[in-house]
Formats: sequence, structure tokens, C-alpha cells
Amino acid sequence: MRYAYYPGCSLDATARPYAESVKAVAAVLGMELEEIDDWNCCGATAYMSVNEVLSFCLSARNLSQAARTSGTLVTPCSACFTNLRKTEVYLVEFPEMKQKVDTALAEANMRYDGGVVTKHLLQAVVEDIGLEKIRSLVKRPLTGLRVAPYYGCQIARPYGIEDDSDNPTMLDKLLGALGATPTYYPMKTVCCGGSLMGTREEVALRLCRNLLLCAEQDGADCIAVTCPLCQINLDAYQISINKSYGTDFHFPIIYFTQLMGLAFGLKIVELGLQRCIVPATDVVSRFAEVNS
Amino acid sequence: MKAVQQTVLYEQAMDPRFLDEVYGIPGGEKIKDCIQCGTCSGSCPVSWAMEETPRQVFAMIRAGMREQVLDTLTIWTCASCYQCASRCPQQIKITDIMYMLKRMAIREKRQRSKHARALSECFVEIVNKYGRNHETALMTKFVLATNPLGALSAAPIGLSLFAHGRLPLSGQRVRDIEGLRKIVRKAQELGGE
Repeated sequence: MRYAYYPGCSLDATARPYAESVKAVAAVLGMELEEIDDWNCCGATAYMSVNEVLSFCLSARNLSQAARTSGTLVTPCSACFTNLRKTEVYLVEFPEMKQKVDTALAEANMRYDGGVVTKHLLQAVVEDIGLEKIRSLVKRPLTGLRVAPYYGCQIARPYGIEDDSDNPTMLDKLLGALGATPTYYPMKTVCCGGSLMGTREEVALRLCRNLLLCAEQDGADCIAVTCPLCQINLDAYQISINKSYGTDFHFPIIYFTQLMGLAFGLKIVELGLQRCIVPATDVVSRFAEVNS
Repeated sequence: MKAVQQTVLYEQAMDPRFLDEVYGIPGGEKIKDCIQCGTCSGSCPVSWAMEETPRQVFAMIRAGMREQVLDTLTIWTCASCYQCASRCPQQIKITDIMYMLKRMAIREKRQRSKHARALSECFVEIVNKYGRNHETALMTKFVLATNPLGALSAAPIGLSLFAHGRLPLSGQRVRDIEGLRKIVRKAQELGGE
């Protein structure tokens, strides 16, 4: 199956393990991911706070590039996903905004008139490839592994995946198909704080503390994530959280693609699992080949 | 003797045009439908860290309390998680109105917009230069711009990411950066910057 692929900026840097595992897992699933040509940053949440028109133009430029690539547009980043979907909706619902975006894009001889279907990678994996096929590809079921399914906020919201916005189950089902046990995790769509980690750190640390506490109460072994920002906040800042709250959390924060790869029998380095700040050693030693 | 504090706001102090500014964003008129139910405040994961809850902010907007709204810490506490917007029974674009308030406060260089303004400025500068966000440069620039003395406390996180190969020194660049810059300039003009 062919897809237009928009990785987003984080996948070149802090989310490198996500990029590596997406590539490895897509190959197993038979997903041909063709990176859209010369893509630009989606503007994240920063641009929307500066200039609304500009924010929509950035995503419209990416959509226009995607329109020239065949297949559904997939992105592994929840923030990029929200911006792409939101832009699509706004260009249809608000002709005045469309006109402004058209005028700006014309400066570079570009134009976007709709037609691109955008999916989050999780959605493409579950909806297009299907759980049946995924089950058949599992070589080493993650039996006994208790995983807190953390969706993060934006993936489930107004511009998000077609799933219940308060209690989505897509990731739960995927984890089940891999042989793992998804925990109840009532905080599955509560925000991690996102960029507040930079601007109001004490607020974001508390949100992340609560997410970790909830995973602990669930008896989870690790937390599965679908967004680069959630991953870095929970993983890289876990030490700061322990310091601030006197806790002793050591939850590996693992991308859902890394868990898929483990179940498919892929090697640790192919999945970037050695790049977790909070080591995933326990999880890995149970399911990955030694020395792989 | 304690100074008497004015607790009543008189009509003259209100800015009736404030609401018109809100109507100006796509879907902004829906604020008229607010029933003050408080679903937004109850859903917000960070209302505990705000000065006024989202419900209060919406009442203040409708009352024309422009100064107070643009100076509240509330707008800088919103993480844009869209929980309020997805649950609002009146389908008010709450998150987008928060974004609008942030834009207004940033444009007017309000004191409390300092950190968010610095983050946005660093971000916009990098993206205008490369077309993509170079996370290493963003983190460094932002820390140095807002808290140079705190750089040391932020360093361990940066170093551990670097040690795990997650903070590359060089960034990626858009090929047609000139074209992108033209779009950015035009969009800034159209967006009223």
C-alpha cells in the first residue's frame, strides 16, 4: 500500500527512535512510505499564537506537496496531524481564510484545493492494514506485558482520529493484537503539557507526574505513546519529575511502532530502543533477541 | 487605614469592541452561544494553574474586560489540548479563541506574554531560516533568551538527549527556502502583522 509520508521536524531529532521504528515496521507491514517532496515545518502550536494565516499557510504548503504524491497522507506526529487536519477543515469551512491562503501560496506558484486524506500513522496501521494482518505478523507475542495506552491529547480531539474523543480504543486494540495487555489507563487522553514544559515547567511536570502515577496505579510495565512531544516530556523529564515530587518512577516511554517491531521480531537497534532515556531494558530483555 | 479597593467595574471601563475582535476569527461568533455551563473549566487539565478558569474568561470577554483578559495568566496556561473545545455543548472554538487572545497579547507585548513570546520568536526565526524546526537550536536559543542562568539546570536533559543521539547538531533545510519565505512574508501581511 502506498502512502505520502510527512515525518515532521521532531523525527529528525528528539524523535529519531520513532523515525527508525516507523521505517522498520512499515517495511514489515508492506506500507510504502514516500516522503513528500521538500516539506516544511507545520508550525506546531507556536505559529498559531503568532499568526493564524501563516499557520494555515504552512500546512497548506505541505498539503499541496502531498497532493502531488500518491496515496493517503500519513504522519506519525500528533501535532503535525492536528495542524494538517485543521487546515483542511478551515479551508473548506471558511472561504475568507482559503482566499488568504491562496494569495500567500501563489507567491511561490503553489496552490492547494483540497483532496488529500490525512491520517495519523496509528490510524493508517489499524484501519488500513488491519488487526488481522498485524496478528499474523507477530513472531514474538508481548504476552504478559502490561502497557498503559497513552494517546495524548491532540490525536483524539476535534480534528483527530475517528474514535471516541474521551475513550479511544484504537491503540488498546493494537496492543492487544501484539499480545500485550493494555491497562485501563483512565488518563489516556489527558494532555502532557506539550510546550508548557518550556514556558511553565512546573505545570507540565505536574501533568506528567499525574500520567506516570496513573500508569503506576494501573500496574503498567511501560507506557505506549503516539506523539514525539508526549514521549520527550515523559521520558527526558522523568528524572526532573522524580526530583520535584520525591517519586521513583522508571517507566520506559515506548512508541507504539517500537512495540510493534518488538512483536514482529525486529532488532533493538532497528527500533531505536537503545535511545530511550529511561532504559527499556526490562521490556526489551523479555521480548527481544539477546545481542540483537 | 487600608485603601478601599474598587471591586465593581463600571460600564465605562469595558471595551465593547473586544467582542467584535473575537467575532473576527473564523467561527468566533459562536461565543454568543456560551451558556456558562463550565464544561470547559471542568475539562481543562490545567485550570488549577490558571488565575481565572476558562468559563470565567469567557464571561469576561463578553463583558468587554479587554485589559483583564489580555493580562491574565490563564491564556499562557492553556496547552492547546482541545479538551474544552471537543466537549463544549455549544461547539465554541475555545482553543482557537485562546490562541487569538495569545496573539493579541503577544502583539501588544503584554508583560506576561514574555516567555511564550520568546518561544514563539525563537521558533519562527528558526523556521523562517531553515523552513524546518531545528530542535537543538530551538532549545538552546530559548533557554538563553529566557533564563541564561538556568541553562545549567536544563543542560543535563539536553546532554542526555544528545548522548542518545536525539539532538543532532545540524538541522535540515527546505530546498525552496526562497519560495517558503515569500509565502511567509505574504501571510504575515495578510494576517495583520
